[in-house]
Amino acid sequence: MSRLSDNASDTMVLARRNLLRIPRAPDLLLSFTVQPVMFVLLFVYVFGGAIQTPGFDDYTDFLMPGIIVQTMSFGGFVTALGLAEDLKKGLIDRFRSLPMSRSAVLTGRTLADVATNLISLTIMITVGLLVGFTFEAGVLEIVAGVVLMLLFGYAFSWVFAFVGLTSSSPEAAQALGFIAIFPLTFASSAFVPIESMPSWLEAFANVNPFTVITDAMRSLWVDTPAGNDVWGAFAWSIGITVIFAGLAVSRYRRAVGR
Amino acid sequence: MSVDAAIEVEGLEKSYGDVHALAGVDLRARAGTVLGLLGPNGAGKTTVVRILTTLLEPDAGTARVAGLDVVRDAIALRSQIGLAGQYAAVDENLTGFENLEMVGRLYHLGKRASRQRADELLERFELDEAGGRLARTYSGGMRRRLDLAAALVAQPPVLFMDEPTTGLDPRSRTSLLETIEARVAEGTTVLLTTQYLDEADRLADRIAVIDHGKVIAEGTSDELKARVGGERLEISLEDPAATDGALAALAPMTGEAPTSEDGRIALPLSRRKGAIAEAVRCLDGAGVAIEDIAMRRPTLDDVFISLTGRAAETREDSDKEEAIP
Repeated sequence: MSRLSDNASDTMVLARRNLLRIPRAPDLLLSFTVQPVMFVLLFVYVFGGAIQTPGFDDYTDFLMPGIIVQTMSFGGFVTALGLAEDLKKGLIDRFRSLPMSRSAVLTGRTLADVATNLISLTIMITVGLLVGFTFEAGVLEIVAGVVLMLLFGYAFSWVFAFVGLTSSSPEAAQALGFIAIFPLTFASSAFVPIESMPSWLEAFANVNPFTVITDAMRSLWVDTPAGNDVWGAFAWSIGITVIFAGLAVSRYRRAVGR
Repeated sequence: MSVDAAIEVEGLEKSYGDVHALAGVDLRARAGTVLGLLGPNGAGKTTVVRILTTLLEPDAGTARVAGLDVVRDAIALRSQIGLAGQYAAVDENLTGFENLEMVGRLYHLGKRASRQRADELLERFELDEAGGRLARTYSGGMRRRLDLAAALVAQPPVLFMDEPTTGLDPRSRTSLLETIEARVAEGTTVLLTTQYLDEADRLADRIAVIDHGKVIAEGTSDELKARVGGERLEISLEDPAATDGALAALAPMTGEAPTSEDGRIALPLSRRKGAIAEAVRCLDGAGVAIEDIAMRRPTLDDVFISLTGRAAETREDSDKEEAIP
């Protein structure tokens, strides 16, 4: 077999391994099914009435693209948790002593995340439609939105891969992921119009990639003016993937068990 | 370099920041033999194994395993080695079968061969009935057997085992040692690290004693024990005041001077056979009453005291990689 096909086969073997974990330790399943649904319900019914979103039919139409972006960005935390666990249990040592591709442990993880993100995305869209979200988009734009979300989720899987390989324990990986990324998702246009923020925060939110991605999703799904946001969103997703995949792979080469 | 050496290590050095984990280690193991690496926690044993299994690059020195350089030929080397560790690195959320199949696939044995090999190994390690169960339901001994089976999936000519028996109950330990012996009988070269002299004694053709990142003694088990002073007889007297008389009575039994403390006598033995009976006769003849008498075998501590003049101290976990910044 050539190196490339070895690499693909190693990735598939490990992606399968990571997906098998889900039905067997279903605690993780809650985090990408029940948790996002809970967030949708809280925001729609608790905060929704108090948040003004001029230019949108209702808050649900404003919220759904944003909350889906947030959910996708967190789908990859399974990778952080899984890598931190594998390090702790010595599995990374075993993998690194095998004649397998060096990056397959990471590509296997991030590929498995795409599958779980697709499950989350399906659940989110279903719940969104149930609470009154309406697409103002053609099939092509809906599909483009789904592709963008999977790509963006994939980019964050690499961020979490780096976090998982850098933290000292699975618990630390989880904490670090939330502390670093959770505030970023709120300081963006995902949940409130950024014009309502104090000017210093508005300035930050304006350049926050979460704003770019969320605005891109809105232009695709609820037909707000697109500007350069859609191209920007794809560019950010690809940029984050390239940078963090590089960081994570170089970290993995030096990774050591605990 | 000679062809028949499966492991050849020269001047290996590795530091983590200020900690010199290895300060120039030399080792050799002929193909088809067992090299025991004996030392306390933090001596550098795990670091040696990590370098020889390509997990870590040395700062200086050279190491060849199965004729391949551990740095330059790392990729080729990985298909020639198996690693079993003290942590029993198996995926708890896979079954025993799935664990072995996964490792086979990652050795690129192909799907069918990987499954066949998994079945074979489960049977050989008496895990065939548990093969369909998730590894997290396994006992410690079963996990360790699965870990060892995973190391053997590709039938590697050189096997590394880092403290394979640590944390095992005596029965699992015995059965694991038997498994290793069977591998060696089939021609596998094994490097085994251990904290226990009796384990090295039983399995290893040659033993290297390692301390503070250096090999401080190397030889067969008998050679090492001879340096420690071999076996000794420990005798407790009913009356400590009788010590001088007892020492005089025992003097003909030994070439070296016996030592005594608080009515307890330690008598170095040149030969073991009949020593207890002879000591009892000598003391009885001199009218000295014995409270207790027992043969004492050298322990790792004895080796250390003999080799370094101090007890083996444990540097807490400095062998572990937490020392890396």
